[in-house]
Amino acid sequence: MGVREALARTWYSQGRALARPMLKLENITKRFGPVVANRRITLEVAPGEVLALLGENGAGKTTLVSILYGLYAPDEGRILLQGKEVRIHSPKEAQRLGIALVPQHPELIEAHTVAENLALGLDLPPVFSRRALVRRLAKLLEGHPLGVDLEAPVARLSAGEKQRVELLRALLNRPKVLILDEPTSVLTPKEAEALFQEIRRLKGLGLSVIFISHKLDEVLAIADRIAVLRAGEKVGEVLRQEADKDLLVRLMVGRSLAPPPKVPPPRAEVVLEVEDLLVPRHGFPVQGVSFALRAGEVLGIAGVAGSGQAELLQALAGLRPFQGRVRFLGEAWPQDPARLFALGVAHIPEERSMGVVEGMSVAENLALRTYRRLAPRGLLDYRIMEKEAEALIGRYGIRTPSPRTPVRFLSGGNVQKVILARELRGGPRLLLAMHPTYGVDVGAAEEVYERILDLVRGGSAVLLVSEDLDEILSLSHRVAALYHGRFVGPISREEADRERLGRMMTEGRV
Amino acid sequence: MEEALLRAVLFGTPLLLAGLGALLSERGGVVNLGVEGMMALSALVAFAVGLQVHPALGVLAGMGVGSLLGLFLGVFAVSLRANQFVAGLALAALGLGASGLLGKRYEGTPLPNPLPEGMLAMLALILALGLHLLLSRTRFGLYLRSVGENPKAADLFGVSVDGVRYLALALGGGMIGLAGAYLSLAYRPSWTDGMTAGLGWVAIALVILAAWQPLRAIFGAYLFGLLFFLQFRLQGSVPIPSEAFAAMPYLLVILVLALSGRARAPKALGQPFDRGR
Ligand SMILES: Nc1ncnc2c1ncn2[C@@H]1O[C@H](COP(=O)(O)OP(=O)(O)OP(=O)(O)O)[C@@H](O)[C@H]1O
Ligand SMILES: [Mg+2]
Repeated sequence: MGVREALARTWYSQGRALARPMLKLENITKRFGPVVANRRITLEVAPGEVLALLGENGAGKTTLVSILYGLYAPDEGRILLQGKEVRIHSPKEAQRLGIALVPQHPELIEAHTVAENLALGLDLPPVFSRRALVRRLAKLLEGHPLGVDLEAPVARLSAGEKQRVELLRALLNRPKVLILDEPTSVLTPKEAEALFQEIRRLKGLGLSVIFISHKLDEVLAIADRIAVLRAGEKVGEVLRQEADKDLLVRLMVGRSLAPPPKVPPPRAEVVLEVEDLLVPRHGFPVQGVSFALRAGEVLGIAGVAGSGQAELLQALAGLRPFQGRVRFLGEAWPQDPARLFALGVAHIPEERSMGVVEGMSVAENLALRTYRRLAPRGLLDYRIMEKEAEALIGRYGIRTPSPRTPVRFLSGGNVQKVILARELRGGPRLLLAMHPTYGVDVGAAEEVYERILDLVRGGSAVLLVSEDLDEILSLSHRVAALYHGRFVGPISREEADRERLGRMMTEGRV
Repeated sequence: MEEALLRAVLFGTPLLLAGLGALLSERGGVVNLGVEGMMALSALVAFAVGLQVHPALGVLAGMGVGSLLGLFLGVFAVSLRANQFVAGLALAALGLGASGLLGKRYEGTPLPNPLPEGMLAMLALILALGLHLLLSRTRFGLYLRSVGENPKAADLFGVSVDGVRYLALALGGGMIGLAGAYLSLAYRPSWTDGMTAGLGWVAIALVILAAWQPLRAIFGAYLFGLLFFLQFRLQGSVPIPSEAFAAMPYLLVILVLALSGRARAPKALGQPFDRGR
């Protein structure tokens, strides 16, 4: 079945209007200069319904929900909440109307504790004591599956824990409409399941949910209806019963996915040797890490968020002190990120904001690793920089108006592609990758895997940390896990399956 | 010895008041470099009202002028998203110039019934404690700190960033105005052009020295007060040029900053907030 037929099949549900929608968007258009991020989009959500929004990176999903939350004013169109037209000119107004948003990138106040961050979402009394606040929150969240240590400073939390705080904040408001912009990108399968159960429970109470995700299995598991955006326009809408994975992929990217590629066997040459590594961090240190990684080998590392994955990769990237012996290509390990990169070590960090300078242009961000070469006489040659950037933008399918656009204006998935393009160019000998396809659409994820496999075929070694067990199992030669900082494994891919990997992550034994 | 301590407190009081005012808006992310001018203008208005009506009303008038000037700074630093440093410096120049011009006819007139310094000094202490509690125990304090750390997140949480910043500037302005009133109605009950004598600038340094903590500002202010007293007392009696003494507070700030190392400024200090950028 081609895309055209797939689209034809969706007409049925497009023609039908909901009897009493909770929320209705009519002909919403939003432009950013020459970019049309949303073009005449019409959508409805019923009470107790989960509407999934799908679309490639840059299709306009975040823009649409930002309009709903009062972050942008639409250029055209109107919004109706329970039949009444509303003008949402600020997040405050959105909250008053009962709309809650979990943004694509956690926006928390790092210097504050979890409790203080959550307090901002509550209606607080004018005067309160910290202890009373913590007690009140603890009571509200007692036994909540997404609970987080209330007195921990947010700066110490892992990406997954931060995401949980965002979710709790949104839920504490008891919204009528809950918007989730890629809420599960950094959650473990277990956390995601806890979130889904919570959504199902609240659905029963009449909550409407708009759910954005690139993970099609999740969408099929939770959605009642699925709308697909492409280049700012709604290109289709299907009921859950009418949809399957293949249809959604076709609607999104206009083609089917290829079967997962085969990973060639590794070579004999050892690239990285790690012996008894210990990385101090807040909480349990990362310890007992010993392995040898050969050229052309992928070692996958699984683990519950915050088990030390980020710290392990940061240590190996030269960003964090550690004890133990590390040798790279038979030489001692220089504790210096710039020298490590010169030796061929690339790093895709856990948090996107750590991988780019948001105020700088796409071209400048792409040149962050190589700017010295672009300034032979001390002055940067922007002409060459932008020409090189254009090549990378084409090769990685980065959607940006121009190489000069600040990264801040790119969609989340496209920011990730900028990081990937910068780190993978030039064929590193060792790639330290944390959730490399975090927030990247299925079509682009396929290409990212292809790029990583290109590296592997060329003899690069890869340390792959991911929350996505399928990603780990499909790419790795060997797998290991971190359990409260302790390194478990590695075992070979043949001996591993989802259950066993799950046990390694949650019980700490192979 | 006792005299030294008393003078230190009395001299430190306007510093403390103005420092608290600047600290308040800085915790919300707005740098206020206009303190010197705000103090001068409110000192003049306080004096004029104090002379013609009553010193107590003069205090209120000074605080009112300070608040208004704070809001005026907000128009540029908050709403128009101008560079906060430039806007503040302009306000300092404006306040100094305007007070010099408008104050000519009061020059040299003494205030017959000045206010007791000790009372205002107590008030300053209470305000410091109050500000500490405001920051740590109240909803507004939480909003203020949030806006100063990450206005984007605060905005997403439904906090009105601009509203909180204006309120902080108005409240802080009131304290700066009180500092001015203290000078012209109690400390030196008269009006002379330039009577603020750079205190506004020292107050800004005090905020850094206090690491943005109101309680630390108390000690900082009295320490500066002591230094000023020593400068005044030892002038001429020891062979150290008075300029060296005058430079002491600034040297002290640099020294303390270098030693403490970890004074963390509010993360969004000096950054205008614009949703959707
Ligand atoms: N503030 C902005 N200024 C200029 N352009 C913007 C801005 N925000 C978004 N855009 C552009 O609008 C388009 C849609 O972006 P949006 O963030 O809505 O995509 P998305 O569907 O959420 O993608 P992703 O899956 O990668 O998160 C992109 O081309 C993006 O570059
Ligand atoms: Mg998005």
